[in-house]
Amino acid sequence: MVTVVPASLNVCVALVGLLGLIGLAGLLRPMSVGWNTALFPLGAVCGVALAWNAAAQIGAPPQTLTLPIGLPDLPMHLRLDALARVFLLLLGATSSAVSIYYAGYFRREHGNGPGLLCLQYHLFLASMGLVLLADDAYAFMVGWECMALSSYFLVTAQHRVPEIRQAGFLYLLMAHVGAIAILLSFGVMQGGSWQFTFDAMRSAQLAPARAAAAFLLALLGFGGKAGLVPLHVWLPEAHPAAPSPVSALLSGVMLKTAVYGVLRVTFDLLGASVWWWGLVPLAVGLFSAVYGAVFAAVQTDMKRLLAYSSIENLGIVFSAFGLALVFRGVGMASLAALALVALLYHSLNHAFIKSLLFLGTGAVLHSTGERNLGRLGGLIHRMPWVAWLTLIGALAMAGLPPLNGFVSEWLLLQAFLFAHEVPRSFVNMLLPLGAAILALAAALAGYVMVKFFGVIFLGQPRETALERAHDAGAFERAGLAVLALACLALGLFPTHLVGLLRVVVQQFTGLALPPQTAPWWLLVPLPDRRASYSGLILLIAIAAVVIVTLLAVRHFYHRRVRRVPAWDCGFGGLNARMQDTAEGFGQPIRHVFGSFFAMQRELPSPFDRTPQYRVTVGDRIWRGLYLPLETLVQRAANAVARLQQGRIATYLLYSFITLVTLLALVL
Amino acid sequence: MTPIEVITQALELIAAVTVAPLFLGWINQCRAWLQNRSAPSLWLPYRGIRKLFHKDALLAENASGLFRIAPYVVFGAMVVAAAIIPSMGTRLPLTSAADAIALVGLLATARVFQSLAAMDIGTAFGSLGARREMMVGFLAEPALLMIIFVASLISATTALPAITENLATQALGLYPSLAFTGVAFTLVLLAENARIPIDNPATHLELTMIHEAMLLEYSARHLALMEWAAALKLFNYACIGFALFVPWGISTHASGPAALLASIPLLGIKLAGAGLGLALIETVSAKLRVFRAPEFLAVAFLFAVLGLLVHLLLGS
Repeated sequence: MVTVVPASLNVCVALVGLLGLIGLAGLLRPMSVGWNTALFPLGAVCGVALAWNAAAQIGAPPQTLTLPIGLPDLPMHLRLDALARVFLLLLGATSSAVSIYYAGYFRREHGNGPGLLCLQYHLFLASMGLVLLADDAYAFMVGWECMALSSYFLVTAQHRVPEIRQAGFLYLLMAHVGAIAILLSFGVMQGGSWQFTFDAMRSAQLAPARAAAAFLLALLGFGGKAGLVPLHVWLPEAHPAAPSPVSALLSGVMLKTAVYGVLRVTFDLLGASVWWWGLVPLAVGLFSAVYGAVFAAVQTDMKRLLAYSSIENLGIVFSAFGLALVFRGVGMASLAALALVALLYHSLNHAFIKSLLFLGTGAVLHSTGERNLGRLGGLIHRMPWVAWLTLIGALAMAGLPPLNGFVSEWLLLQAFLFAHEVPRSFVNMLLPLGAAILALAAALAGYVMVKFFGVIFLGQPRETALERAHDAGAFERAGLAVLALACLALGLFPTHLVGLLRVVVQQFTGLALPPQTAPWWLLVPLPDRRASYSGLILLIAIAAVVIVTLLAVRHFYHRRVRRVPAWDCGFGGLNARMQDTAEGFGQPIRHVFGSFFAMQRELPSPFDRTPQYRVTVGDRIWRGLYLPLETLVQRAANAVARLQQGRIATYLLYSFITLVTLLALVL
Repeated sequence: MTPIEVITQALELIAAVTVAPLFLGWINQCRAWLQNRSAPSLWLPYRGIRKLFHKDALLAENASGLFRIAPYVVFGAMVVAAAIIPSMGTRLPLTSAADAIALVGLLATARVFQSLAAMDIGTAFGSLGARREMMVGFLAEPALLMIIFVASLISATTALPAITENLATQALGLYPSLAFTGVAFTLVLLAENARIPIDNPATHLELTMIHEAMLLEYSARHLALMEWAAALKLFNYACIGFALFVPWGISTHASGPAALLASIPLLGIKLAGAGLGLALIETVSAKLRVFRAPEFLAVAFLFAVLGLLVHLLLGS
């Protein structure tokens, strides 16, 4: 039954299978830390091989494979094309760094044992691999559900904590609502042929209304997975609940499978090009970007802060997706290609940066046992490795040159800048405003990252226990360093990746960026626009000025330094509680964006002996949309519950009535 | 790289680094005249910097490496920014590495490092200053980007020399969109450079200050570099303004060495005018409460967006 199989896809399938086997091997000695510590680097090797295998022949023609397993009349179809390769590269590269880190992360703690974690973790990776390789709806949904379930068990690894159980339940619920939407979308796309291979969907001719329905359903399903507002509520609960390396994978890689899915459905399976489709993800994405950034700025839990920041970044990715759809719909091929390149670039960037930041918080969490920003501080002295490597991630996340976060934002802004050339009146005026919203989100990201890094690593330790904090171990440092290097490399040598992504976009959608004529160190996406950027030169220039200044100051003056107590305007009596707390640092945001939040303040009265000030910042969408929805479901369930009497006679009566009704209908 | 490119680049770099404190001194002098005070020396900023370089650096006991490296990074970013803004000529080799968006990013990098350094010691003032600076920053940055976008739309590129050249070589037509963005830019300039009405460069009153609060723990050479970087930032903003709104007289690709020579005094005149204007604004306006700053910057943003819409509606 095995058809002709070129090497690359075979290798990918073998590697994905191997990941699953490594997971099973964890069960051989489920309670042994040493055994499982040895297994994780093996998983990392698989990840590297997967990434290498994908990147080495990214432009190769698509390969297909039919596995002799699956449903009786629907064997599993697998396919490896340019888009799958780029996301396999993302999966392999990110997961290998996270796996190395995880090898050093095991501690004796309550919750699931290391063997179980090893199984769930590697199944999670393997199922994401299956999602990327699937070429029929059945294989895709199997992978998708395995991904949701294995990650559910990872999220609830510490299932003795009630909040974590709740977060896991919410996650599972949202994952399944999304999965239903995706399933329905596939159902619409098969177009009456009842063939569920992706090939059949590609060739199906859909009426415009059906195609639009399929698109919107897919957007709903994948948007829910990506955490777009208003389907984002699970994300800030579930991502922080998981162990930090898992949070890194959830934010860094799993959210990207949603991006992969929406690209696969829209550009490959539907293939239609209606320009106004793009407006929906564009608007939702931009709103999510600002919403996520604003909420990230007021968080007090460091992992929740990062989770909201993921909502922001996925919003940016989806706005790029919408922009690409609009451009393609009106026939502006090179700008559509530019937006898609920016989208893929940002996806890769976010995978590396967010994993780096989550792993950094994991090291802090292990060393201090604290997730609350209000009880951290000054860790740069105790954990210099973690602090400096995380700084690279924070600067990259803030979108600052010469790091990688800036490159993708730059590419996307370049695309937005020419959106006014879209030949649709009114829309062409609104589109450039998208650039303004994007710029606001990017600037807010800077605010968030200053808060994140400054409160955790700078200042004075806010608790005495922090004096005992220790730096991360060798495995953890290695994982962090790999990701930090990836951030640097993607920032300094963007032309190489853009060259790869250009091939991907061309092969996948037929849209082409104009040929690149600039030298390798200069990024010139559209030569006729004359805009260029080079992170490498910028870094060299800044470094040169810094070094010259340093040497000049030392040569002409002196290098004397005296250590003294902090001056603090001469007030004296400085203590750690005088610093800004996380709440304090978020105060301007609460002030400026007050209408975003459902805020409750408790102010102390002047006569209080122990005055307390409390402010809680809630999500309006949670209260306005989800709680009423929950009440509705609860009422419906109560109404249905009346049918359940617990008496067998009643149930027999129900069966009888049903039978009679059916007979009446049929006859 | 042709010789004239190297000369232009070097000239701009040296001019920015050396003239920036003078520009600050000039503004202070104008302000003193307008306020009927006897003016301090024009060279006072230089003397201050020189004095600071000679002093021993005092570092707080818990200052980290970030605190020590930040002044150099901020200074470096400002110098590189000065090198990519066309103030006298547009033949700048470095501009191929950074366009207008990257320039905004470079300024943001400096801001983030300055804020992080301010939080490093862990004093109340430092984190207060950092928080306010980031607040002004996240409001001003989109406005600045929109201003640059309008200019980019007119010239269909984000490359700064191309924008400036395009604006400088056209017949002296007035762009209505640029009039709006000009107002927006002035507001952003005031906010970003810690001038009245957002911040008061002359005060150390803790309730009102932003920029000074971040520098409180710095001393000696670190403080000198921070002050110098602040002067450079003001100079850079002035030059961005010239490049976008009064680019006339700048030496372009078509012109010879004589034009470059002529652009030197012209830049001096522009700077003198800008300094006088700034001093006038600072004299006639009062400091806003910190929480009025968002409204101030929202107005700037709105003007920039209006400029954009005007450009798209009128096509000019």
